[in-house]
Amino acid sequence: MGSFTLTHERPDCFYDRFERKSELQHQTHYCPGCGHGIVHKLLAEAIDGLGVQDRTILVSPVGCSVFGYYYFDVGNVQAAHGRAPAVATALKRSLPDKIVVAYQGDGDLGAIGTAEIVHAANRGEAITVIFVNNGIYGMTGGQMAPTTPLGKKTATTPFGRDALNEGYPLHICELLASLEAPVFLERVGLGNNKQIMGAAKVLRKAMENQVKGLGFSLVEVLSPCPTIWKMDPVEAQRFVREEMAAVFGIGNYRDRTATATPRPARPAPPKLEELPGILGLGNGDRDRLPCGETSAVDYRIRVAGFGGQGVLMLGEVLAEAGLDAGYHVSWLPSYGPEMRSGTSNCHVRLSSRPIDSPLVSQPNVLLALNEPSLHKFLPGVEPGGIVLYNGDAIPEGCGRGDVRMVALPFTRIADQIGVSKAANIVILGALLEATDLVENEQATAALHKLVKSPKWFDIDVQAMERGREEMRKTTMPVSDDYLWGV
Amino acid sequence: MTSKPDRGLVEFNSEECKGCGLCVEACPPKVLRLSEQLNHYGYHTAEYLGAGCTGCGICFFACPEPGGIAVLRREVAA
Amino acid sequence: MNAQLTKGNEAIVKAAVLAGARGFYGYPITPASEIAEAAALYFPLAGGVFVQAESEVAAINMLYGGAAAGGRCMTASSGPGISLMQEGFSYLAGAELPCVIADIMRGGPGLGNIAPEQGDYNQIVKGGGHGNYRTLVLAPDSVQEMADLTTLAFDLAERYRNPAVVLADGFIGQMMEPVTFADPRPVAAPPEWAVTGTRESRHNLVSSIYLEPDKLEQHVRKLEAKYQEAERRETRVECWRTDDADVVLVGYGIVGRILKAVVEQARRHGMRVGLLRPITLYPFPVEEVRALSRRARAFAVVEMSTGQLRDDVRLALEGRRPVEFYSRVGGNAPSAEEVLAFVEAKFEALRESEVLVHG
Ligand SMILES: Cc1ncc(C[n+]2csc(CCOP(=O)(O)OP(=O)(O)O)c2C)c(N)n1
Ligand code: SF4
Ligand code: SF4
Ligand code: SF4
Repeated sequence: MGSFTLTHERPDCFYDRFERKSELQHQTHYCPGCGHGIVHKLLAEAIDGLGVQDRTILVSPVGCSVFGYYYFDVGNVQAAHGRAPAVATALKRSLPDKIVVAYQGDGDLGAIGTAEIVHAANRGEAITVIFVNNGIYGMTGGQMAPTTPLGKKTATTPFGRDALNEGYPLHICELLASLEAPVFLERVGLGNNKQIMGAAKVLRKAMENQVKGLGFSLVEVLSPCPTIWKMDPVEAQRFVREEMAAVFGIGNYRDRTATATPRPARPAPPKLEELPGILGLGNGDRDRLPCGETSAVDYRIRVAGFGGQGVLMLGEVLAEAGLDAGYHVSWLPSYGPEMRSGTSNCHVRLSSRPIDSPLVSQPNVLLALNEPSLHKFLPGVEPGGIVLYNGDAIPEGCGRGDVRMVALPFTRIADQIGVSKAANIVILGALLEATDLVENEQATAALHKLVKSPKWFDIDVQAMERGREEMRKTTMPVSDDYLWGV
Repeated sequence: MTSKPDRGLVEFNSEECKGCGLCVEACPPKVLRLSEQLNHYGYHTAEYLGAGCTGCGICFFACPEPGGIAVLRREVAA
Repeated sequence: MNAQLTKGNEAIVKAAVLAGARGFYGYPITPASEIAEAAALYFPLAGGVFVQAESEVAAINMLYGGAAAGGRCMTASSGPGISLMQEGFSYLAGAELPCVIADIMRGGPGLGNIAPEQGDYNQIVKGGGHGNYRTLVLAPDSVQEMADLTTLAFDLAERYRNPAVVLADGFIGQMMEPVTFADPRPVAAPPEWAVTGTRESRHNLVSSIYLEPDKLEQHVRKLEAKYQEAERRETRVECWRTDDADVVLVGYGIVGRILKAVVEQARRHGMRVGLLRPITLYPFPVEEVRALSRRARAFAVVEMSTGQLRDDVRLALEGRRPVEFYSRVGGNAPSAEEVLAFVEAKFEALRESEVLVHG
């Protein structure tokens, strides 16, 4: 007859003494007979059995199990109420080869955190979720949970849970089983020995899935809360076995562990010196004139039209070209729904001095691509400034004697080269002809940078040239002494 | 009549035990009970009747306290 | 690197990657969405993580997880989304997790509109979440500062183990200016407190719960001491032509830029006006404001909110000088012309009351 050897003893991944507790450091804070304690033990057995204590991170919830970190000698993160799946998501994404476990109660997971659990499951986060369903809010003293069975009296359902008022018990496994991504969903119970031993196996499997690198696994545990249900522990166990299990069917709701493939590893990160290139900060840029080496000018440009006329793009070309030409530049768009319909406008400044305000309230250049824009912005144009208007003639009542206004049918000119959308670049050509804003070369380089398609680039170069030609034909009221705002 | 020697043995940690009685309920051969005595925290802790443990380990899993119960086993000739 | 014409929102993302950030968790909202969009492109390319969260609540809690793992990570949002994140801010501060949040402010309250405003000042600078905590708040006034202050935000967040916020408005987020980016920094090893799933870090705990009043008080005092240190060391401010200023304008972000134009124009009209632009809103440049009050006769706060910044200026001045106030809200920016008219009127009043003997 052999001598006795230990076969079942305190799991290693529990602390020997619960030093994070302020008192009674040798026992848990749970009530006698609480299911959380049993689930802790089953989880601890799984962690030990799989040999993953050193690489496990436990995310504890808000609820009676908030102090999971008192007990588990693993990495611990305590999450806000309901948010454990979000916290676990980022932990797992940041540390893909670690074992991340989110532990949650039914209020935490099934009420305040419904969005987080559904979406973590739907993304197939490769985490393990332990969902302890005791049908009640334990920590806060017995209010209704989303999983409280119908008819049950709780602190907030004094007449019993009524479907008309509180809806029906929420079936999380069934709900998540409607999603494509989860790999493993199973409901277990702690209602008797068979259920407990079954739960031990299922918990281990849910952990093992993660060790294998498979996707989202969740185990829902029907669990006794003797204190709140005002039952002795054995009676509470019966309640789980007979009443909870009658509402929440024990069983597997998803098992794709046989066919699921591990998530692919992330590609190796780039080298440090490759980062600027990746971010589009390459060194392939043309050498630029240093800012401030241009003659003293301050172009305050307002470009306006309707959405889709390329107003913002025109502004961007001006800013790019201006930067190339050695100006200080800024570009500020109107944004949001305005961009989609209605009007669109932007503020552009090209200045030989550092730019104070990027907002242009008194432009000295107005490019008005439609009539409403002209009406809107003409009054603000600084005396002596230039206005280019997209139309055959300046509309009635829009004249201003103290600014230099030119009307040209830019869209029609663009039509002649086959692309009415290039009207914005025809205007650009006209503006360059009318001012010394930037050299042709700088404008072309800006277009080259901003227009990705070679076909469009060719059209735009042509459009710019047509704009210059048309401008040469008109007589812009000259004002050689105008000093461009400086 | 001489009974076969027990294959199993249980040990309780009376510091951890909260006297919930789940182990008593769980034990198939019913060889556990809650003590008449109170421990110094005021719990009737669980105890082994002294014979009949099969070493099945079920009480270990049923116990909510991390180290409430340890189970030992030995080989017994058939 | 040459200066690159860059959109404000994009500058944040590029600077973050260059500063070694490898985690971005966000939820779209105008006018901050380009930050998430650029992050979706650049973070994975840099070998990092991008997750589009199901809500701002999830996003801030993902940030909590990412920060707990010890990596540099961030999120971005605007008004309504920031309101949803407030519980998360409080947890991050309570658990002493460094991370960066960009708030590109829009019009409020409620759904308000998507145009630029500065109405998130109080909820960011004073803390909109529960408990005794602060966030470190940096307020860029240019696209270059969007980049530079994002880098600084990561450094400060780490130095103080506290969330840091880049607080900008829709204008700064949407506009383009040339930016010179810093050289890329390697991803640092996780700090020793991080929970990284290793044997060495096994005993680490990220948590904000302290059940016993004495422990929590101790913790709150520790946070307080950090904030006091930040107040001593981290205040940043731009003083623009304030040396001889009779009236000091105070404004941050885009308003600071507008006020520079106002200062120039006012001086052309013979008014000695200067600008104090807080770069850190928390810690607030209290000493700098007080120092200017020695010479200046009056202060004028201009903001795109209804007195949220003014309150801090008043607190700093403790009644030493009158504080005039001009604001536009709802998505309107004050034009340089209207602020100039306001300043002129105030100056006239000062002259009449002979406060300005030398002016
Ligand atoms: C945002 C927020 N709302 C409410 C609470 C209060 N609260 C703490 S735990 C809890 C419910 C806990 O119930 P459950 O998740 O079922 O866990 P149990 O205690 O039953 O294990 C509530 C409502 C909180 N901490 N935070
Ligand atoms: S209240 Fe219920 S869930 Fe909470 S510790 Fe007690 S028995 Fe467990
Ligand atoms: S090991 Fe089995 S037989 Fe022995 S006391 Fe425990 S439950 Fe009873
Ligand atoms: S199950 Fe554990 S805590 Fe409960 S009586 Fe038995 S030994 Fe004690």
